[in-house]
Amino acid sequence: MISVKHISKIYKMDSIETVALSDVSFEIKKGEFVAIMGPSGSGKSTLMHILGALDLPTSGEYILDGDNVGHLDEDRLAEIRNKKIGFVFQAYNLLPRLSALKNVVLPMIYAGITKEERMEKAKKYLKLVGLEDRMYYSPGQLSGGQQQRVAIARALVMNPSIILADEPTGNIASVQAEEIMAIFQKLNEEGHTIIMITHEADIAHHAKRIIHLRDGKIVEDGNNYKQRRVKRIRN
Amino acid sequence: MDFRELFFEGIGTLTLNKTRTGLAILGIVIGIGSVIALVSLGQASQQAVQSRIESLGSNLLTVRPGAINQAGVRGAAGGRTSLTLDDAKEIAASPQITTISKVSPEFERRAQVSTGGNNTNTEIMGATPTYAEVHKVNIASGSFISQYDVDSMAKVTVLGPQVVTDLFGENTNPIGQTIRISGQMLTVIGVTESKGGTGFMNQDDIVYVPLTTAQKQLFGVNYLSSIALEAKSQEVMLDAQNEVGYFLLARHRLSDPSQADFSIMSQQDILNMATSTTNTFTTLLAGIAAISLLVGGIGIMNIMLVTVTERTREIGLRKALGAKKKAIVSQFLIEAVILTFSGGVIGAIVGIVASYFISNFIDSPFVFSPFSITLAFIVSAGIGIIFGWYPAQKAANLQPIEALRYE
Repeated sequence: MISVKHISKIYKMDSIETVALSDVSFEIKKGEFVAIMGPSGSGKSTLMHILGALDLPTSGEYILDGDNVGHLDEDRLAEIRNKKIGFVFQAYNLLPRLSALKNVVLPMIYAGITKEERMEKAKKYLKLVGLEDRMYYSPGQLSGGQQQRVAIARALVMNPSIILADEPTGNIASVQAEEIMAIFQKLNEEGHTIIMITHEADIAHHAKRIIHLRDGKIVEDGNNYKQRRVKRIRN
Repeated sequence: MDFRELFFEGIGTLTLNKTRTGLAILGIVIGIGSVIALVSLGQASQQAVQSRIESLGSNLLTVRPGAINQAGVRGAAGGRTSLTLDDAKEIAASPQITTISKVSPEFERRAQVSTGGNNTNTEIMGATPTYAEVHKVNIASGSFISQYDVDSMAKVTVLGPQVVTDLFGENTNPIGQTIRISGQMLTVIGVTESKGGTGFMNQDDIVYVPLTTAQKQLFGVNYLSSIALEAKSQEVMLDAQNEVGYFLLARHRLSDPSQADFSIMSQQDILNMATSTTNTFTTLLAGIAAISLLVGGIGIMNIMLVTVTERTREIGLRKALGAKKKAIVSQFLIEAVILTFSGGVIGAIVGIVASYFISNFIDSPFVFSPFSITLAFIVSAGIGIIFGWYPAQKAANLQPIEALRYE
């Protein structure tokens, strides 16, 4: 369902060209849990932007659910992001003045879903991430782990084809990071496709498949036979 | 995303930074407030001028020397000396003129008037008894100038209440006292009732003397500055204007109206002139006020640009979550319109209250104009759209990755 064919991304600053990705190809099928790993500067953020339809490749094709994302206009890209991609960011990116519930509601507003349905779904997904008793808290009143769980609920409400997590545990204490990973693994078991970008090996080992990037190229792509299962489910 | 939700979200965002929101609104409040206040003051003064002119009598025609429009060189109207007391007498006596009931020959000039230690510069009006009838001047005490006073060039005078106050102080009876004009001593024989008015429209700041006294004793002239005529009814005004016009042309041995050395104006003509003057004045004031509105609008644009910069990450996030350009534009436009519209509403209230107090202060009627208020609302919302447009476009054109990275 995700097919990346010979993707390159070249940034031009004045006359200096920087190659962020060069000739990257892979496929990700429905239900996979993939970690994209690499040191900083390896091009993993660029890849994440392209997979998230936030940026377009310089060359190559990115096909998501049959749509060639490389050839869409801005509003169509917004629609793809809205319906097919659920973002989880390192810095959570919740709107501080809105309650947890309203943050989760946000993507549904842009999809034009009715108010009743929005509330119902947002509550359902907040319950799923274990925050049913903190729905009306503002992000400032929640811990890092709790904020990230709100962000995961927000990523899930549109029932996207892929959940795209960019260093989801980067700002979170390790105990809470385990909880986040537990949620991802549970979601994956329920059939969600998850692509996680990280530079931490022990976080990446929660995934079933790991793609290693270095200097804009895939250096390793294979199943993670040592997948670390989180046994303890959140509090 | 429907309008109601955008509206409430906009309100929510704007109440987060109340000082900034308040200051941004203030510019629009001042702009709209001053437009409304000045327009309604303009309309009030127009009504005041109108009612004052109408109070002089709607059947009034005024003949002045000097052509209104003469081919070639155009002299100052009223500057000529072509109108004489004989003209006035002939108009009154002529059997051809059937539409005129009263004739008031007048000579008017400003001069210094003194008594004891006080003096004032005021209008000296050389008048006949018909003046009081034609101009509806009522006597408060004593009597007006009589035909005998005119015939005998009597050194008597009738004062307007403002002149009494200026020369003798308030609540005094000047009758029997003497005043000095151009070296001549005149005895006060009457005081007129107040007709009201302020500034250059003050009809109480006047000194009446017999016409002949003014011409011969005070100023040494033999012409008139105007002849006031009262038509028999309002319906015959035009006929009266024509009758008197052709009569005077014939008397002055002029062949056609384009050569006329006088002009005849009706109250309506004067009213039209005054109206067009106050209109110009109102437009000018409103124009100045509109500039302050423009400045207020620029203030809104500035604040919206700051807001867009501050909320770059939010915009990036919204785009990542699927907000299309239109959604971002609407969000910021609605915020701008909320700012300007609420400024417009407050400004309208401020403007109405201000014009109420100012009209009380300058003693003119208070005019409430629903039109200017409706216009203010539309204009303030329009300013929000115009000055919010650029910041909103700027927000919508942000690239989501750049915006998400923004610190």
